[in-house]
Amino acid sequence: MAQASQAARRWNQRTIAPWLFLAPGLFMFGVYVLWPIIQSVTLSFYDWNGLYNQDGEFTGTFVGTRNYAELMTDPAFETSLWNNLKWLVLYMLALPIGLFIAIFLNQTVTGIRLYKSLFFFPFVISQVVVGLIFAWFYAPNFGLFYLLTESLTGKGTAILADPDLVTYGIIVAGLWPQIAYVMILYLTGLNNVAPDQIEAARLDGAKGWRMLWYVVLPQLRPATFIAVIVTVIGALRSFDLVSIMTTGGPFGSSRVLSYYMFEMALGEFGFRMGYGAAIAVVLFAIMMIFISGFIWKMWRDEKER
Amino acid sequence: MVHKLTGALTLGAALLLSTSAFAQDKRVVTWNADYDPIPLAAAEALIADFEAANPEIDVQLTNFDHEAYKNAIRNFLTADAPDLANWYAANRMRPFVEAGLFADISDVWANNGLMESLASSVPSSTIDGKQYAIPYTYYQWGIYYNRDAYAAAGVEVPGPEGVNWETFLANCEKFKAAGIDCVTTGSSALWPVAGIFDYVSLRTNGYQFHSDLAAGKISWTSPEARAVFENLGKLQPYVTENHAAIDWQDAAALFVQGKAANYVMGNFAVGVFKEGGMTNDNLGFMVFPEIAAGIARAEEAPTDTIHLTSGAKNPEDAKAFLAYMASPEAQSKWNTAVGQLPTNKNATVPADDPFLTAGFEALSTATGGIAQFWDRDADAEYAKAGMEGFQRFLVQPEALEEILTQLEATRTRLFPQ
Amino acid sequence: MFPRPIQKSSTAAQWLYAVALPIALLVWLFPLLGVALTSLRPASDLAQGNYFGMPSGIAWENYIFIFTETPIGQYMINSLWVTIPTVIGAVSLSLMTGFALAVYGFRANILVFFMFVAGNFVPFQILMVPVRDMTLQLGMYDTWYGLALFHIAFNTGFCTLFMRNFIKALPYELIEAARVEGVTEWRIFWYIVLPLMRPAIAALSVLVFTFIWNDFFWATVLTQGVDSQPITAGLSSLNGQWIAQWHLVSAGSILAALPPVAMFFLMQKHFIAGLTLGAVK
Repeated sequence: MAQASQAARRWNQRTIAPWLFLAPGLFMFGVYVLWPIIQSVTLSFYDWNGLYNQDGEFTGTFVGTRNYAELMTDPAFETSLWNNLKWLVLYMLALPIGLFIAIFLNQTVTGIRLYKSLFFFPFVISQVVVGLIFAWFYAPNFGLFYLLTESLTGKGTAILADPDLVTYGIIVAGLWPQIAYVMILYLTGLNNVAPDQIEAARLDGAKGWRMLWYVVLPQLRPATFIAVIVTVIGALRSFDLVSIMTTGGPFGSSRVLSYYMFEMALGEFGFRMGYGAAIAVVLFAIMMIFISGFIWKMWRDEKER
Repeated sequence: MVHKLTGALTLGAALLLSTSAFAQDKRVVTWNADYDPIPLAAAEALIADFEAANPEIDVQLTNFDHEAYKNAIRNFLTADAPDLANWYAANRMRPFVEAGLFADISDVWANNGLMESLASSVPSSTIDGKQYAIPYTYYQWGIYYNRDAYAAAGVEVPGPEGVNWETFLANCEKFKAAGIDCVTTGSSALWPVAGIFDYVSLRTNGYQFHSDLAAGKISWTSPEARAVFENLGKLQPYVTENHAAIDWQDAAALFVQGKAANYVMGNFAVGVFKEGGMTNDNLGFMVFPEIAAGIARAEEAPTDTIHLTSGAKNPEDAKAFLAYMASPEAQSKWNTAVGQLPTNKNATVPADDPFLTAGFEALSTATGGIAQFWDRDADAEYAKAGMEGFQRFLVQPEALEEILTQLEATRTRLFPQ
Repeated sequence: MFPRPIQKSSTAAQWLYAVALPIALLVWLFPLLGVALTSLRPASDLAQGNYFGMPSGIAWENYIFIFTETPIGQYMINSLWVTIPTVIGAVSLSLMTGFALAVYGFRANILVFFMFVAGNFVPFQILMVPVRDMTLQLGMYDTWYGLALFHIAFNTGFCTLFMRNFIKALPYELIEAARVEGVTEWRIFWYIVLPLMRPAIAALSVLVFTFIWNDFFWATVLTQGVDSQPITAGLSSLNGQWIAQWHLVSAGSILAALPPVAMFFLMQKHFIAGLTLGAVK
């Protein structure tokens, strides 16, 4: 009798315990992440300037899908979407370049650890600082890049003033830390590449590209997977650099969805919370495609265990 | 009584407690403002005068950072309204008036004869026939020029009455030949291009057109609007290249160094020019050239205002302070200290500042009318779309048709016919 | 090892490698070096257009200026006020959630786990308006704790993923044995699992520290004044006042970058372990 109740208590404890451990984390996550997502989706069907009236009542009005309909014909939204695509595609350059640097640094010579750390540097510093550094690099009339193009072509190029080049200029700034991140992922991955397989392949006469493609890369798959995920997320989150370097200009040419949303909701001429929410929902939907892929792979891995 | 803004609520409460200890028997008026150091000192001086005349009232000013204020006002008007708040006239105050957050102060205007003494500011302070603002300062826009640059290019220096459009463009050609930018600007924050556009628009079609355009009543593809862009297009080749990537202060550096000859700017820039080393000897001011003959000259003069909030706890004394801010004495004092122009026509302007006297002269003889500025006359979203269009035109004049089509689409969406 | 160790190559190739390394590094860090040098350049050099030539002197006064004449020191303190509680909060919460998800096989386990993982990747913008509004309503707008609370909640997602995988890799027999002994679940967590978590806690702490220190978006959305703005947002607003004064912008940038860089160098092993978790299995 006493034993049975003790067993029951033990069982109870094991059922309740996980929820007790989860409670604070779930609560915070629910309040600050899950609930706001639902609220944002709801808000995207409203027109609201962010103000409450004197009695603290919400002043928005329900407009159905009008915000989404407006998005369809909004040229700024179209520009943002295109720029996001450019970011996504060009950000992928971080993978080959990061891999190349990782291979270059994967040697055991004196001081190589310091070299690896220094190469990793750009990732550690804030994107605000990266943005300022590159803004200075691109500055018209005296920026290094401007002077360089001036000495090569006779006419300086002010990247951030040129509507056709500005996005690429910002992407290059973004690639700098992203390459460093990918590099460190690959360096760790290379550490774990099985040496016997490399030797065996070498005895079979494999070298250079063939070795890389058929022997090394397959072993780096986990690193590549994480690198793709963090690069996609990084490309879609590209807010800081746009905000620091151009605030979306000139005339909105360098906008991306994440910045356009902020501009619409909290910018000086914005305060269209509902419209901003609609942009956020679109961005969320795009991100969800990649998140689902990631979750799906994790789920497969979990089942395999 | 002035205290520093503190973010933490507890600290704010603690400060309030400590100040109310002094001011136990006084009636408190709270005022949220966004002043730079010089205007702040001037406002403190006004408060001191007001408190001396009304010993039973204690005006407490909380000062915010200028940029942060634009955001903060949206929060404090709802959450914790002061009695008075700084803001801007015309369309910029409309959202707060429509949300019922700014109070109607038509009685202050009526009881103090302000309709007459602030006559030029009535339209920009009025929404639906009621007054919601006390305008206490404004400043002129126009063309500031560098006499040294004129000398370097061998161009005759214009007088304060300016030159006509043909002469101005001909001068630009000479500057170009001399390797000097005729007109400079730094438009990475967009608004500086609106100054240029507004002036070309005011000189091409007059004040009413500007006002109607900002209100969405005029089609961007109309012949009148096209005429504005055509004139702007004549100026376009002479504007500093890469202006879209630099700030107005960067362009000010070009102007100060004589790499640019003219700058379409507001009077607040004089301080920056002088800091850069210019003096009254080589810095000049003229009104924007006349383009179409026979159009009454209108000028741009953005007005800064104070408002009574709907959540005010002490509206009676706040109104007394507003009436004081509208008075010629207060306006003369504040504007002399800050170097801007009073809106009260009975106020005085310091005679030893050539730019203020020139501005006062320009504005008081502007028979066409006083415009606020594109981004204050137009609704926020429309203003931004417009400024992006103006900036784009100055970078890619060949894209005119696309720009006009996009602006027109924005207009028909925001102002359904 | 791939590629073939350089020691096995010809002497010429080894020399080439030894020369190429520092050159590559120099090119790679070139923008940063430029800014570091500019931060020590006297203002007079810039005014005369001497941006890249020999500086006329080393101007430590740029740093002194930004400390004495601008609130940059206050911004850095604000950053610490946001960052340190966030590190403590997020690590503590995720130790518990990670433990729950790693040790107990209840039905919703995988669902809850994936929810944390997915939440970690959502775009900030979908949270922006409601989180800002909620923070305002709770009177926590423009305070360090308003910002820290959000960061704790959001980073719990990533930290849970990390902790859960780490605890999963611990020998489960330890927990089993303790249960047989009749040790309560809380004491298992406290006395058996927690002591083994030190490396994970260290790795996560440095990582979260860097993420939060470098955060700009939420700093912009949830704070606005000198009294609570962290260094990233502060630097951005100072940049608005320092137009054309690149020696000051540079000095400010270098200062803002220093703490995470120091953290990285001091805790390098943990940092990389944290960052590459899951990249190699």
